[in-house]
Amino acid sequence: MSNLEFDPHNTTGTLDHRQDHAPGDEPLEDTGHWVRNANLGLGFSIVLTAAAFVLAGSDWIYMPAIPVALIVLAIAQMGVHLVFFLHITTGPDNTNNVLALAFGVLVVFLIGAGSIWIMDHLNQNMMPMEQMMQMRP
Amino acid sequence: MTDIGLPASVEALRRIREDPYRLGHRSHGPEGPVPGAGHGETGPAGKRVIVGYGFWIFLLSDIVMFSCFFAAFAVQRGATAGGPSIAEIVDVRRVGFETAALLLSSYTCMLSFAATNRRNLLWTQIFLFVTGLLGLVFVLLELWEFVELAERGITPQRSGMLSSFFGLVGLHGLHVTVGGLWLATMMAQVQIKGFRREIIHRLICFNLFWHALDIVWIGIFTIVYLMGSGA
Repeated sequence: MSNLEFDPHNTTGTLDHRQDHAPGDEPLEDTGHWVRNANLGLGFSIVLTAAAFVLAGSDWIYMPAIPVALIVLAIAQMGVHLVFFLHITTGPDNTNNVLALAFGVLVVFLIGAGSIWIMDHLNQNMMPMEQMMQMRP
Repeated sequence: MTDIGLPASVEALRRIREDPYRLGHRSHGPEGPVPGAGHGETGPAGKRVIVGYGFWIFLLSDIVMFSCFFAAFAVQRGATAGGPSIAEIVDVRRVGFETAALLLSSYTCMLSFAATNRRNLLWTQIFLFVTGLLGLVFVLLELWEFVELAERGITPQRSGMLSSFFGLVGLHGLHVTVGGLWLATMMAQVQIKGFRREIIHRLICFNLFWHALDIVWIGIFTIVYLMGSGA
């Protein structure tokens, strides 16, 4: 049984519900479920995208809050994509996928926030351009 | 019923029996261990699961790479070196069309996989073709944008902001282009080889790739275009 080529689906003909899920895969479900999921994902995405595009060009809300609102809408839409398109769920057969995703998100956060944080400090500590010009011989 | 509590071991047994997911015990269901369930004595997980999981890891590393480009853009956003600012180069209307094309292609991609699960060759091919067409629309819109910018003298070497802008958006465009080539390959393979096991594994991976590109695009149109248009 330690043969990597062995595929239980091939022997049983069906996907067993006691198996782990591959990301983007939903072994238990029929076609209707897939189409319903796609429709839901598309619907939510259209609403969130439209909201982002309308908000960006409007003055309906407190102006400095618009970037924050846009980021919230983007994160919400990424969540919608993960759940409805990539089928990442909280079920126990998805633990591996979720853990990998969590690690990815951690690294992305460290790179993004860390870069902005460090570069902002460097920028503030840098000598003003006029002074630097005066130092030239 | 008595009020006497059951022994701990009986309680534990009942919890395991009543746990619908049989957490940690899924290979020991009422029908006995399942070969390939990925739980110790029953051997490794099936290839479908391993292939999907491996590709998922690759996609996450790809997203980490994109996050570096995002960080570079965020840091250099104001570094215009006297050149045009991000607000001057953004065309929100065109970005709206690009977003619509990519979102719809993600939708049709998923419909194609629904057809694949039904082993319906015709609809799989139709939806894959529509996916590719929408992807092509996206890439052409982006090329048009780049050409227009270049005609106005706005090129990557003009400023730090523009370098990171073209780097980030161009890298995503390159991914979509390569994804389109992969899609064409998959259409040919499905047509000639049929729904063989490894072909379906590749289709799973392609679906993951295409949806991940859409997720990255959400970040781009929000951070680069929409937040840039207001700046």
